[in-house]
Amino acid sequence: MLELVLISTLNGVLYGLLLFLMASGLTLIFSMMGVLNFAHASFYMLGAFVGYQISKWAGFWPGLILAPLIVGAAGMLVERFGLRNVHKNGHVAELLFTFGLAFVMEELVQIVWGKAPVDYRVPALLDFPAFTLFTTNYPAYKLFMLAISLAIFVGLFAMLTRTRIGLIVQAALTHPNMVAHLGHNVPLIFMSVFGVGAGLAAIAGVIAGPALVTQSTMAALLGPILFVVVVVGGLGSLSGALVASLLIGLLQTFAISSNASMADLFAFSGFSPQPNTIMNDLWRVSVAQIAPILPYLLLVLMLMFRPTGLMGNRES
Amino acid sequence: MKISRPSRRSAVARIAAAGIALATGIGAAMAQDTIKIGYIDPLSGPGATVGEVGLKTFQFLVEELNAKGGAAGKKFEVIGYDNKTNPQESLIQAQKAVDAGARIITQGNGSGVAAALVDWVNKYNERNPGKEVLYLNYAAVDPILTNDKCSFWHFRWDANSDIKMEALTNYMKPKTNIKKVYLINQDYSFGQSLRAIARTMLKAKRPDIEIVGDELHPLLKVTDFSPYIAKIKASGADTVITGNWSQDFALLLKAAADAGLNVEWYTYYAGGTGGPTAIKQTGLNHKVYAIVEGFPNGELAAARETEKAFRAKYNSTNFYPRAFNEMRMLAAAINKANSTDGAKVAAALEDMKFEVFDGGEGQMRKDDHQFFQPMYLGSFGDIDKAKEPFDEEGTGWGWRQLAKIELKDTMLPTTCKMVRP
Amino acid sequence: MSDIPLPKSSVTRVSQRGAEKGLPWWLLPWLASAVVLLALPFIFRSDTYLTVMSLMGIAIVFALSYNMMLGQTGMLSFGHAVYYGLGAYFVVHTMNWAIATRAPIPLPLMPLVGGFAGLAFAIIFGWLSTKRSGTTFSMISLGLAELVGSSSLILRTFFGGEEGVTTNRTKLLRLTDWTFGSQFQMYYLIAGWCLISAIAMYALTRTPFGRMCNAVRENPERAQFVGYNPQVVRYIAFCLSGFFAGVAGALAGINFELANANLFGASQSGTVLLATFIGGIGTFVGPVLGAVLVSYLQVMLSDITEVWQLYFGLMFIAVVMFAPGGLAGLVLMHVPLLRAGVLGRVVPSYLLALIPTAMLLVGVVMLIEMTVQLAVKQSEGPVMKLFGVAFNANLPGPWLVMLMLLAGAFVLFRLISPRMGTAWDNARSAAAERGMVV
Repeated sequence: MLELVLISTLNGVLYGLLLFLMASGLTLIFSMMGVLNFAHASFYMLGAFVGYQISKWAGFWPGLILAPLIVGAAGMLVERFGLRNVHKNGHVAELLFTFGLAFVMEELVQIVWGKAPVDYRVPALLDFPAFTLFTTNYPAYKLFMLAISLAIFVGLFAMLTRTRIGLIVQAALTHPNMVAHLGHNVPLIFMSVFGVGAGLAAIAGVIAGPALVTQSTMAALLGPILFVVVVVGGLGSLSGALVASLLIGLLQTFAISSNASMADLFAFSGFSPQPNTIMNDLWRVSVAQIAPILPYLLLVLMLMFRPTGLMGNRES
Repeated sequence: MKISRPSRRSAVARIAAAGIALATGIGAAMAQDTIKIGYIDPLSGPGATVGEVGLKTFQFLVEELNAKGGAAGKKFEVIGYDNKTNPQESLIQAQKAVDAGARIITQGNGSGVAAALVDWVNKYNERNPGKEVLYLNYAAVDPILTNDKCSFWHFRWDANSDIKMEALTNYMKPKTNIKKVYLINQDYSFGQSLRAIARTMLKAKRPDIEIVGDELHPLLKVTDFSPYIAKIKASGADTVITGNWSQDFALLLKAAADAGLNVEWYTYYAGGTGGPTAIKQTGLNHKVYAIVEGFPNGELAAARETEKAFRAKYNSTNFYPRAFNEMRMLAAAINKANSTDGAKVAAALEDMKFEVFDGGEGQMRKDDHQFFQPMYLGSFGDIDKAKEPFDEEGTGWGWRQLAKIELKDTMLPTTCKMVRP
Repeated sequence: MSDIPLPKSSVTRVSQRGAEKGLPWWLLPWLASAVVLLALPFIFRSDTYLTVMSLMGIAIVFALSYNMMLGQTGMLSFGHAVYYGLGAYFVVHTMNWAIATRAPIPLPLMPLVGGFAGLAFAIIFGWLSTKRSGTTFSMISLGLAELVGSSSLILRTFFGGEEGVTTNRTKLLRLTDWTFGSQFQMYYLIAGWCLISAIAMYALTRTPFGRMCNAVRENPERAQFVGYNPQVVRYIAFCLSGFFAGVAGALAGINFELANANLFGASQSGTVLLATFIGGIGTFVGPVLGAVLVSYLQVMLSDITEVWQLYFGLMFIAVVMFAPGGLAGLVLMHVPLLRAGVLGRVVPSYLLALIPTAMLLVGVVMLIEMTVQLAVKQSEGPVMKLFGVAFNANLPGPWLVMLMLLAGAFVLFRLISPRMGTAWDNARSAAAERGMVV
């Protein structure tokens, strides 16, 4: 029992930090620009594929550096020639623009890299079990993932709150005209923020690509879970996103390790619903089976009772 | 809407939309003297990887059959229809196929789609007497299609999931090193029917085997399988049986390899797209088994020749030996009936015996329109290039055929009460 | 695209002059729509066309119901398919129950069942979600959609698992000798419901409630000051929208004789958003146009090209970027010119712009298709056919042609656009002089 609890905690933290890694760019763009970027998962996918392509030519490590730069540049272009023109039509138009962009990017990736999964490998340097907890191995690559994730959190947090750049960026969101009058190039700030957000997504892609499956469906399969992280954490709150990621990671991992159902819970009552009724379906479903939908339940409850999220300070 | 002036761009957008609409007008009906087969499977989106290989297989077969003169004096023609793996969309595409003159439709991906198509064909044939449509199923394995929902108009060439489990458990029966089995499957009709039949059959054939876990996880929604692996590990299982496919298979295997889980994997779809790549990445050499109706590295020379030709032409593994059985038998049935009339062809197919692609005799059972044939079990890993020439997905690893399960060991009773017109 | 129930010019007239003008004015477009709907099956006879037109009818009802929220009340939902899907399930279950018990309910009344199912669930889920507006509302709708979608795989008894639930629409009580077995008869059932729903939804926009919705969309605070609770207005709009989504879902359930989890799916919710927006959310006819276009493209585009989703996405982006009012917005901004009689002034420059537009389109299509031919369809060789012309995509010639087309289009646009701008400004000020521009 202790073994399962310990291992589940560790797995939950690892998964939670992976979620944070994926969501950090999304929350950055959202907090700074107010744009809910539906194409975020597409940038994540693009990062994985570009990283894979570079890894084939020059190895994993150059990919880790170059892919985020390339994807970040692509993100800046998207902002400059796409999003900026849509901005005047409001947030809904911006959101819909990224919605369409996700379609296009998925198809483009399919044209270039095909529809089948590609063989993206964990670098040999990190391809060994780092430690063994009870009898379960933990690969070094997962610890590397954890380290990068934390580094990104610390780096972003420090940059936004402790540096002049961060203050200007934050002010540009709330008072764009004032910041512009002070002589800062506001459009350039927005462009850079979007580029950094896309680049962060690409880092997540490069790192998650070898650990998961690098395929053109990876964006769609990631689904809306990242929105759950960002919204539950509180729109625009980086710390909130970290807490929410860990919460969701642990919630799902512990739910999966439980086989309990209502039937088990109330076994003493002797109640047993008729087979082939809705009641029976509900009675028999185990916690593990509903684990992956728990985040969405959390999302709905959170928004109903605390719409600012865990640590956010505004609703939208 | 506050739009002060129509920029040149807005005009572009409008005209672009009109242009696309015009360009997509339905083409004129094609020539009527061919036997048209409507191939209804995903040709775009996530499912397209398998759907496209399937279409190529049928095109390959049409060429092969036409080179021999077609059937009943007519040539074959296959037309692809993109169903986007969506049942409703499949019904629309089926209607389009029938309008284009197809009296035979074929489909394989997704039991949900297959169930919808069986239902549609039944209704269509009831409402349009004299224009009967046949539905030839090459890969949808839900047992219900040849049991409770069986139809006179539906024929299945793939072994249904019960038959595969029958063959698999017959192979496992003498393996005394299997003691604790863990079942992990996707939470939808196929995964559920698989787990249920695995329990029943293991209990009957190997009562000493302990089923230490029976897991259902959501379909294509899990990114992190480590918690499941932790459970498998905690259970002390030595063997895992899974029907997982696509990323659910790849991620499960990767998480297992990461955690150092040492078990044998009995699977249905390890050979599917992306499966071999994932197995090679995890380094599970000859630890992953699959049950199919034929491997590329099978013994039959003719099958190997075809495999070679297919790979040379399409740069892809021939995933569907059953499609070869399907099309060759269809041609034989049309010749036998000397007609392309749906009811006559169906009657000719019933109880037809046929030499299958990978050798041995198969039989289309009249009672439920399920095709039975010898099955093979193999493992994936390094291969002896001299004896086993074919690798998969450029990994250098390939399938090694380990055992043949004879026809009689694949036969299962059916609950089908066939209604004949 | 001849089956648009509402000729746009007439609708604008109605919307601007109001119902007080008398019966004939507001009745005319609806009568015309009815005639068009009646006549269509005699022009497009094949079952494929009948199927496509039936789908268009369903999509129109669905998109209009969506626009009650998005366009009229300003609520962006990512989970509208929930009410559509539930409408389909309830109607299929009710039909099966009616068949089993021989309940005397004829098929044409069945869509009401779906409507009330949609309404009932909208009452529940709307109560949870309409307390908030903006992004919060959107996110709640997304979460609810995921929850309902996933529960369909858990509550198998009701949702029938992956296969869903099937029914047979011909086995219900018949009032006439129509069985509704054929697509021809099915089309008329859908067309009838489409017209009734459209009239009802249009009438709703004319009521004080419809105006309140607009007020809540534009400025909730001010609406509140005037004495309307925006939350209540949103809630009512949400419920009514759920009702019509349920009707649309019921029609889909009857049309396919099948209800399954796909109807709830994110792609279904996404499609209705795309269709509504492409058509134009600012007007009543916009969603109709969008629904017709998108359902046609969805069924037919995949026959022409395997990368149809790429064209789809590009088209959507183009609309968002260059025509935020949608197709209907583009058409409607010319209405003042038409009424001022100065439309002729912009036509020559538009005709001129057709040339680079065609060049641009052909160039883009060539770029995409040639890339696909070489990258995706290697096994078919480099020889391909586009616009009826066969050529080898491996040779530099076609690529040169493509580049020249794109470059030419760019240069021509540069040359023509000042002219277009001037023509538009002239026409616009002329229209303003005649008092036709507000």
